[in-house]
Amino acid sequence: MFRNVAELVQIAEQQQIPISEVMILQEMDTKNKSREEVFSEMERNLQVMEDAIAKGLEGVQSVTGLTGGDAVLIQKYMQEKTPLSGNLMMDAVSKAMGTNEVNAAMGMICATPTAGSAGCVPGTLFAVKNQLNPTREQMVRYLFTAGAFGFVVANNAFISGAAGGCQAEVGSAGAMASAAIVEMAGGTPQQSAEAFAMTLKNMLGLVCDPVAGLVEVPCVKRNAGGASLAIVSADMALAGVKSRIPCDEVIGAMYQIGLSMPQTLRETGEGGLADTPTGRELREKIFGVSAVKE
Amino acid sequence: MKYNSVFDIIGPVMVGPSSSHTAGAARIGLAAKNLFGSDIRWARIHLYGSFAKTYQGHGTDMALVGGLLGFDTDDPRMRNALEIAKRQGLQVTFIEDSAKTNHPNTARLIVGNDEGSLELVGVSIGGGKVEICELNGFELRLSGNHPAILIMHNDRYGAIASVTKILAKNELNIGHMEVNRKDVGKEALMVIETDENVSDDIMEELQQADHIIRISKIVS
Repeated sequence: MFRNVAELVQIAEQQQIPISEVMILQEMDTKNKSREEVFSEMERNLQVMEDAIAKGLEGVQSVTGLTGGDAVLIQKYMQEKTPLSGNLMMDAVSKAMGTNEVNAAMGMICATPTAGSAGCVPGTLFAVKNQLNPTREQMVRYLFTAGAFGFVVANNAFISGAAGGCQAEVGSAGAMASAAIVEMAGGTPQQSAEAFAMTLKNMLGLVCDPVAGLVEVPCVKRNAGGASLAIVSADMALAGVKSRIPCDEVIGAMYQIGLSMPQTLRETGEGGLADTPTGRELREKIFGVSAVKE
Repeated sequence: MKYNSVFDIIGPVMVGPSSSHTAGAARIGLAAKNLFGSDIRWARIHLYGSFAKTYQGHGTDMALVGGLLGFDTDDPRMRNALEIAKRQGLQVTFIEDSAKTNHPNTARLIVGNDEGSLELVGVSIGGGKVEICELNGFELRLSGNHPAILIMHNDRYGAIASVTKILAKNELNIGHMEVNRKDVGKEALMVIETDENVSDDIMEELQQADHIIRISKIVS
């Protein structure tokens, strides 16, 4: 069983298999399941992601009305104009946001690694897909590669905003997506690790400060940030750019930063954007004055 | 390692909006239901940390109650769990508790009916994964992701051997095991995580074993 990214990359290189394969073999081994079982379970998750994106692009609205409809706006903009950051980029952003809009509207999603950060991995996958034309199997493998990196973060740091801030959620999700894009685009396991490190480095210190404590503002737009950064880092790694700080040390830094983050910035809805005049006003409007404590 | 499957990371499939506050909460509720065994008529739920601060917005209340009703994380009925509970006459009280806990997403559930009650402390550690860390005053560590059996027994020699002998005879492998007692010679709790679900026949056999008071199981 791999315990860190260095070991994960080493196994892949030694056996000359992709990272997705290392993850599949480990899952078969620890759960005593066949390749078909493991694969079809992941394919079910892929289907849930695809359905969630489709729903998000039709347009949804959360109960509070705080979020919804932005994925549609972006798709419309892409049809009418030429996005400055490119179609693939805005497609990923729109699909990541759409997924999280569905999540905020209490729709069905697949947590990757969490619900609040569920947009980054599928959003990038279903955008990159249009350029790389992967098979369905390669799309399922994308999720195993993302999962392998997330597995390391979960066991060595944290993946929840309450424990480590948004850097642990969208930071991990975006970084997982970067690593998966690299594999799908034909990069090496080491390049996946570099891409992962570069995305997470740019997410370090990001706090979890949801307005009114809801997984809506700023979560939906943070998924847009995570998805776009994932593509940028993947391109950088594929170009040969390396992270000066090794991947596992970046994860270690994320862990230490999370530990020293005050509780008000770890999913309590008490600090950051939640504690701005508008953030407080929205909270009062949604829950009534009586729900505002202190 | 806390997480041992890729599906802890890519998954669960769930009704939004939060894996720790919704999916994890549902799994804590579900664990309480499975452990209590019979129909729950009332529940007092203490919420701590981030759970206490944000439970309404995240639907943590809905998810905990959904779990108590037996709904899994991807059950579409989850959205209406609070109404369904009301219709079925399940009385639920939520208490925002300011006591300090080791983990920010902690809930203490006291559930019961006319015949008895059960007290459980669950922690939602992230990505929908949970740990049960206290049961009826006993400390334990149970992931809820594997099938498990919980056995209340008298703290006497041979109690553990009688149980493991039955499991071995039925070719059930033990993944994790813990034994806890409050005092020497008094009531003790044995927690056994297994690789496969334990059948009713084996449960019956275990119930008859030496020094066993009561057993329940968690199906995964």
